[in-house]
Amino acid sequence: MSSFKRDKKEEEDGGGNPFQNIEKTTVLQEARVFNDTTVNPRKCTHILTKLLYLLNQGEQLGAKEATDAFFAMTKLFQSRDVILRRMVYLGIKELSSIADDVIIVTSSLTKDMTGKEDLYRAAAIRALCSITDATMLQTIERYMKQAIVDRNSAVSSAALVSSLHMTKLAPDVVKRWVNEAQEAVNSDNIMVQYHALGLLYHIRKTDRLAVTKLVAKLTRISLKSPYAVCMLIRITAKLLEEEDSSNDSPQFEFIESCLRHKSEMVVYEAAHAIVNLKRTTSRELAPAISVLQLFCGSPKPTLRFAAVRTLNQVAISHPAAVTACNLDLENLITDSNRSIATLAITTLLKTGAESSVDRLMKQIATFVSEISDEFKVVVVQAIRALALKFPRKHSVLMNFLSAMLRDEGGLEYKASIADTIITIIEDNPEAKEAGLAHLCEFIEDCEHTSLAVRILHLLGKEGPRTKQPSRCIRFIYNRVILENPTVRAAAVSAMAQFGATCPDLLENIQVLLARCQMDSDDEVRDRATYYSNILGQQDKSLYNSYILETLQVSIPSLERSLKEYAQNPNELPFDMKSVPIATIPTREETELDKHKSEGMIISNGPTKPATVSREENFAEKLSAIPGIAELGPLFKSSDVVELTESETEYFVRCIKHCFTNHVVLQFDCLNTLSDQLLEDVRVQLDPSEGYSIVTAIPCPKLPYNETGSTYVVLKFPSNDLPNSVGTFGAVLKFIVKDCDPNTGLPDTDEGYDDEYMLEDLEVTLGDQIQKINKMNWAAAWDEAAATCVEMEDTYSLSSMNTLEEAVKNIVQFLGLQPAERSDKVPEGKSTHTLLLAGMFRGGIDILVRAKLALSDGVTMQLTVRSTDGDVAELITSTVG
Amino acid sequence: MGFLTVLKKMKQKEKEMRILMLGLDNAGKTTILKRFNGEPIDTISPTLGFNIKTLEHRGFTLNLWDVGGQKSLRSYWRNYFECTDGLIWVVDSADKRRLEDCKGELHTLLQEERLAGATLLIFANKQDLPGACSPEQLKEILELDQIKTHHWQIAKCSAVTGENLLKGVDWMIDDIAARIFTLD
Ligand SMILES: Nc1nc2c(ncn2[C@@H]2O[C@H](COP(=O)(O)OP(=O)(O)O)[C@@H](O)[C@H]2O)c(=O)[nH]1
Ligand SMILES: [Mg+2]
Repeated sequence: MSSFKRDKKEEEDGGGNPFQNIEKTTVLQEARVFNDTTVNPRKCTHILTKLLYLLNQGEQLGAKEATDAFFAMTKLFQSRDVILRRMVYLGIKELSSIADDVIIVTSSLTKDMTGKEDLYRAAAIRALCSITDATMLQTIERYMKQAIVDRNSAVSSAALVSSLHMTKLAPDVVKRWVNEAQEAVNSDNIMVQYHALGLLYHIRKTDRLAVTKLVAKLTRISLKSPYAVCMLIRITAKLLEEEDSSNDSPQFEFIESCLRHKSEMVVYEAAHAIVNLKRTTSRELAPAISVLQLFCGSPKPTLRFAAVRTLNQVAISHPAAVTACNLDLENLITDSNRSIATLAITTLLKTGAESSVDRLMKQIATFVSEISDEFKVVVVQAIRALALKFPRKHSVLMNFLSAMLRDEGGLEYKASIADTIITIIEDNPEAKEAGLAHLCEFIEDCEHTSLAVRILHLLGKEGPRTKQPSRCIRFIYNRVILENPTVRAAAVSAMAQFGATCPDLLENIQVLLARCQMDSDDEVRDRATYYSNILGQQDKSLYNSYILETLQVSIPSLERSLKEYAQNPNELPFDMKSVPIATIPTREETELDKHKSEGMIISNGPTKPATVSREENFAEKLSAIPGIAELGPLFKSSDVVELTESETEYFVRCIKHCFTNHVVLQFDCLNTLSDQLLEDVRVQLDPSEGYSIVTAIPCPKLPYNETGSTYVVLKFPSNDLPNSVGTFGAVLKFIVKDCDPNTGLPDTDEGYDDEYMLEDLEVTLGDQIQKINKMNWAAAWDEAAATCVEMEDTYSLSSMNTLEEAVKNIVQFLGLQPAERSDKVPEGKSTHTLLLAGMFRGGIDILVRAKLALSDGVTMQLTVRSTDGDVAELITSTVG
Repeated sequence: MGFLTVLKKMKQKEKEMRILMLGLDNAGKTTILKRFNGEPIDTISPTLGFNIKTLEHRGFTLNLWDVGGQKSLRSYWRNYFECTDGLIWVVDSADKRRLEDCKGELHTLLQEERLAGATLLIFANKQDLPGACSPEQLKEILELDQIKTHHWQIAKCSAVTGENLLKGVDWMIDDIAARIFTLD
């Protein structure tokens, strides 16, 4: 009986797709019949279909295979069978990018596109454009122009859309077709008008004035095609966003008038544009929101979806306006379309009051298992936002998340839940114990290795500081027994953290690590041996350096440095200090990353490869410049400093690259004068005391509208740290050659010297300091008491009014990295302690503790511990 | 499948001929093709690739392939050699400077294995132009007498006036038909 059932199933599977079992080699073999003297259209059509099917399934053809098939296919032009010919066009399009010499069909396609058979013409144009390159395009230009204004709308549309594609290849040729495109915009056919506007805009889009004119003209006449109107709304909105014109311009009026258009599509597009305009005021917003509100009640699911999705997206930026739709959104939370319901609920969550959280969460719980993963992610994101907004609700939300964790779901979904739990834990100390407990439970049954590893890492970091660290250990050790090697290794590292932090657990941990040394996997054994040995030393400072802190250097750089070292063996041991430090993303960047996907259905994957830091990018560029490679590894590159106003004749910006004993100033200069060619462009510096100029590297040539760089290499004052913070006068010097603005060629060979004053340039303390992320700041601070020099001073920051403001300014001024989330000042406190860590050029460690108290301004007691007394002194003295 | 359909198929196939028309660019290939087909010949631009025409003539179906003759396209000729019954080589009889090039291309072409056995017709085109070489002169210059591998003939013609076109093609059809259809 059971075997009978299986047969039947197989039959069904096979019956669904006649092409299921075809093979590339067989099909290519069959394609040889295209060469026969007599063409059998039915047979050939079938073979071509199979070939196209394979290509669309992702089957790869080699250049030779493709070329053979292509030339065989050209023989089919002798048949007049319409279906076969149209298949040939498709074949040409598919093979055009793989096969060689595809231009051989140019004549045949031009003939078809200009011929009498209407069924051929549009498709022939599309095929022709797929085989044409920039030079060939000129030879078919005449036909393209005719086709754009052809009376047959399919032909015209095909020509317009193909032209749009051709702009990538030959923008200058396509630009010449602007008159034809213009004529096609007046077409009665809705698609032609839409496509024509698309092409016209594309041709003109780099010319702001031309776009403004186009918009002005088209908004006055009324376009017949709703698609074209939608496009026009988008163009207009973009223009409004770019121009700083006020919203009562005719452009805004046009978009607003579209709210009363007879086509729903246009009405929606207008409403969408208005709510997304950055500067929309609430008065202007109102009519757009009422449109969306109306759509929320539409019988058409697409309209409801569009409306609720838009409201969801702007819930954060315009909460009040969205709240006005609460009633309508409430009606949608039971919508039979789960996507609509999800968006409705998450919108309500974003804007709702604390009191409605429980009710809404209950509502979601009723159908969360029915929606797809990507919508579940939307729900999770809403919960994250809620938790940050209403910290007191953490237990409801946490329970909900842990229930979701237990559900079925893909990696991205699970990772977003884990991420959210981690965010909540970090943000809200009260949620920590419960959150960690949920995560402990989750890894008991987590099939995603990468996620388990992340959670184990977190448990290692946070677990030792909970009330009952030993509880966590049981969960972690279970991993060593049950999981794959990657997870086991992560578990070993996590356990070692407990050993290093909790003395009373050390003995147990050592027993567990001893067991791990019998593991079958090399990495697991190695880690266990490593940690067990260090823990055996009972030395706090060893714990700090080798267990509690992670590597501070950039991993890609480390890899590169080690490779170099291995290739050029050297008597000196490898110097870790020569590897650039990994840059720490700023808080804003991390937040931005998290918010990007907020409310969107599409989210980017959870894992990112190790990023290459700004410094590493610069280092590569700088090392190509003679004289700079010898300065050693690049330590830090500053942010960009503007030395001129942005709208001046010469626009100059500076980046300060700090090395151990040198600073390289990179001046990026832009020449905005079309009638001048600049040569020998350089910056003359008036160095502050103690600095000496090593070399200056001019920029030989700077034509109009190009950016070029000139460099100055300076040596820091030796043995004189206080003077390393200083101000330089700067003048831009160059030779001017007057030239013809149209050709850019100089009128004469003779030039004259000229100069341009720049703003003063400062080398600051922060320029010489790199941020370091300390996992366990307190342990490092304790250790530093014994090994470092300490300096302390008290300051009155009278211009600061709040603790937040003081924290922000100190962090920025010193260029150090806040640790233990101490840059976050709890609400309603009048004192706060800020903990910072970093490294001064030359590899000198810095730890800073700033105790702040609010009292008529802010009072600060600053304690600096550094391996170098001068550096510590420099910091305390520069702050004052 | 019955006996009758098999017979019909064979017949249809027998009556079909594949004819490849080659020569240097500007020789008049496309013009000849259009002239045959009764199309206007005043708007012909250089062939970027190939043209294919199927015509009925004397009860035969002729598939005429005209492949562009510019230098850049000559390497593609080989893609169209297979199953060729007849080769028409078109010469611009008035373009004396390129006759050397023309000779070279022709003799290289005839070495081609896949064209072995094909009937060769050489059209001495553009006879209406003053100063055009006569077929006899061309025979000398192009060293036609050296050709032993193919049945060949040279015929003077003009695509513009239409002179002698049919006569040349008819000789070719007869030669092919005699070769193919007398086998059974
Ligand atoms: N006077 C004259 N001109 C011809 C003759 N045949 C072709 N042409 C011209 O020669 C040029 C090239 O013809 P075309 O058919 O494109 O040559 P293809 O490159 O061999 O296809 C065109 O300008 C024709 O009008 C002919 O018999 N007499
Ligand atoms: Mg031609």
